[in-house]
Amino acid sequence: MPHFLLNKLSRPGQVLLSIGLVTLISGICFAFNSFIDYKIVAFILLLSVSFLAVVFDIVPVLIASTLSALIWNFFFIEPRFTFMIHTTEDTVLLSMYFLVAIINGVLTYRMRKIEKMALEKEEKAKTIKLYNTLFNTLSHELKTPITTIIAATDNLKENTKNLTEENKEQLVSEISVASLRLNQQVGNLLNMSRLESGNMTLKKDWCDINELIYSVVNRLEENLRQHHVHISIEKEIPFYKLDYVLIEQVLYNLIYNASIYTPEYSDIFISAKNNSDRTFHLTPSNKENSELTSEINSLMILVEDRGSGFPEDQLEKVFDRFYRLQNTKTGGTGLGLSIVKGFVEAHDGKVLLENVPHGARFTVEIPAEVSFISNLKNE
Amino acid sequence: MNSDNTILIIDDELQMRRLLEITLESNGYNVIEAVSGKEGIKLAASHQPSLIILDLGLPDGSGHSVLKQLREWFTNPIIILSVQSSEDDIVSALDNGANDFLTKPFRTGELLARIRSAMRSNENIEESNSVFESGDLQIDFAARIVKKKDELIKLTVTEYKLISLFAQQSGKVLTHQYLLREIWGPGYINQSQYLRVFVAQLRKKIEDDANRPAFIITEPGVGYRFTTQN
Repeated sequence: MPHFLLNKLSRPGQVLLSIGLVTLISGICFAFNSFIDYKIVAFILLLSVSFLAVVFDIVPVLIASTLSALIWNFFFIEPRFTFMIHTTEDTVLLSMYFLVAIINGVLTYRMRKIEKMALEKEEKAKTIKLYNTLFNTLSHELKTPITTIIAATDNLKENTKNLTEENKEQLVSEISVASLRLNQQVGNLLNMSRLESGNMTLKKDWCDINELIYSVVNRLEENLRQHHVHISIEKEIPFYKLDYVLIEQVLYNLIYNASIYTPEYSDIFISAKNNSDRTFHLTPSNKENSELTSEINSLMILVEDRGSGFPEDQLEKVFDRFYRLQNTKTGGTGLGLSIVKGFVEAHDGKVLLENVPHGARFTVEIPAEVSFISNLKNE
Repeated sequence: MNSDNTILIIDDELQMRRLLEITLESNGYNVIEAVSGKEGIKLAASHQPSLIILDLGLPDGSGHSVLKQLREWFTNPIIILSVQSSEDDIVSALDNGANDFLTKPFRTGELLARIRSAMRSNENIEESNSVFESGDLQIDFAARIVKKKDELIKLTVTEYKLISLFAQQSGKVLTHQYLLREIWGPGYINQSQYLRVFVAQLRKKIEDDANRPAFIITEPGVGYRFTTQN
């Protein structure tokens, strides 16, 4: 809305624009002076001052009110081109004009101030609600594994006589699982705070997409043991200039989700391809580089599962912070997908979720500088 | 005093030191501990440990300067401990002479493997072997021959340069910049796409499965580690 644009103008800018507008409108009225009664002119000027009051600060509005009163008096009230007024009626009119203009300006300004305060209050309430959700989810997500660890170690310390070897092994493995879960949650929080701080600097370097995808799949080996993973990566896919660590985290979160929220032994499809539809050529910055083609393409990565999909009305919401589908398994803070979105957007890319027959599909598209270098093979 | 398996731990966290002590002593190492960088340097000088585990996050932020001071005279391996998402920190520590790094939290098995590998590669350097052997891979530096499962592997000049650089410093994390500088020269330290090409090619030739590398391990955002196998 222009309202907000105008509002962002500096104070001197607002004053100049106010003066300009009043002068312009007065000029137009003056040009048609023989057709318009001077009382109508007063209304037109009042209307423009009211408009200014809606968009500008109080000072420019007061200046506009005063200026328009003076102009009206000088150019339109008989005798014209003087500040003199002969009739009582005109004196009353002018005083009323001045008063109405000022009151109008002040009232609108105060109304806007109250509106702004209400908006701020609402924002604050929203933030508080968000923080409450955060603390609730967090305390639950962190306390569950901590409780497990404390209970298991207590048992191992104080109850050794009654525990079978098998029991002991089980307790130790519970501790292990709980601490890994704790570690993952803390990792999510660190990533989230990186995003929230708003000053993320990307460390872009050439990435081998084969390496990227397989390293994530290898890391998730344990989780994926109960799934059929199909990987298809376009042959001759170029290198992309990306922040390896962030994109690895994006893939990790997507594939991890697919592994825990879909039935055992279902399929997970991971594919990657280059999209050169919107190619930009870059002029090589130095001579060493000149043998290489340097251009911007898009990296497309798809992660598709054979789970139950997402409710259609919630496809957008899943990327919100702390959003979790109802009736889902425990073990998530609702941060995973918002981190995905944040990291992809930090690369000026986008992530899309859609339901497909028999499952859901995440499509990540990241524009990045590409390098096709296959002519080095004989070096 | 110089014993072959004394490890010095420099870490301000009591819990961390205790855990490392239990882990390392139960695996047959002698452990000495320092709670500050200053004490660590003193102990390193008096005990000549065969390996140092140094926490980069010492409270006064002295991890890096302790590393630099140690490297002025200490030649045995130094493994640094660091926290998540601090690749720049790790790269600068490796450039300052650290052999390897572990990010907290780490697995005990991983720690022990890194210690063994660092100590072994140190022996290799001392003996300056002309043959490198690991698993089914053999490199004969004198004859410039690489064999996998007793079969000769054809390598290009650059591929050979890369693998011998890796093998001579096996177990050590080599940063992207270091590798680019050593193989292509100082003008190429930002041209990491060359490195990607040759690492991918080399993996296809020496790994059982190039997608699940066992020799050339990627350290995201940092570099590569060449691991030895028994």
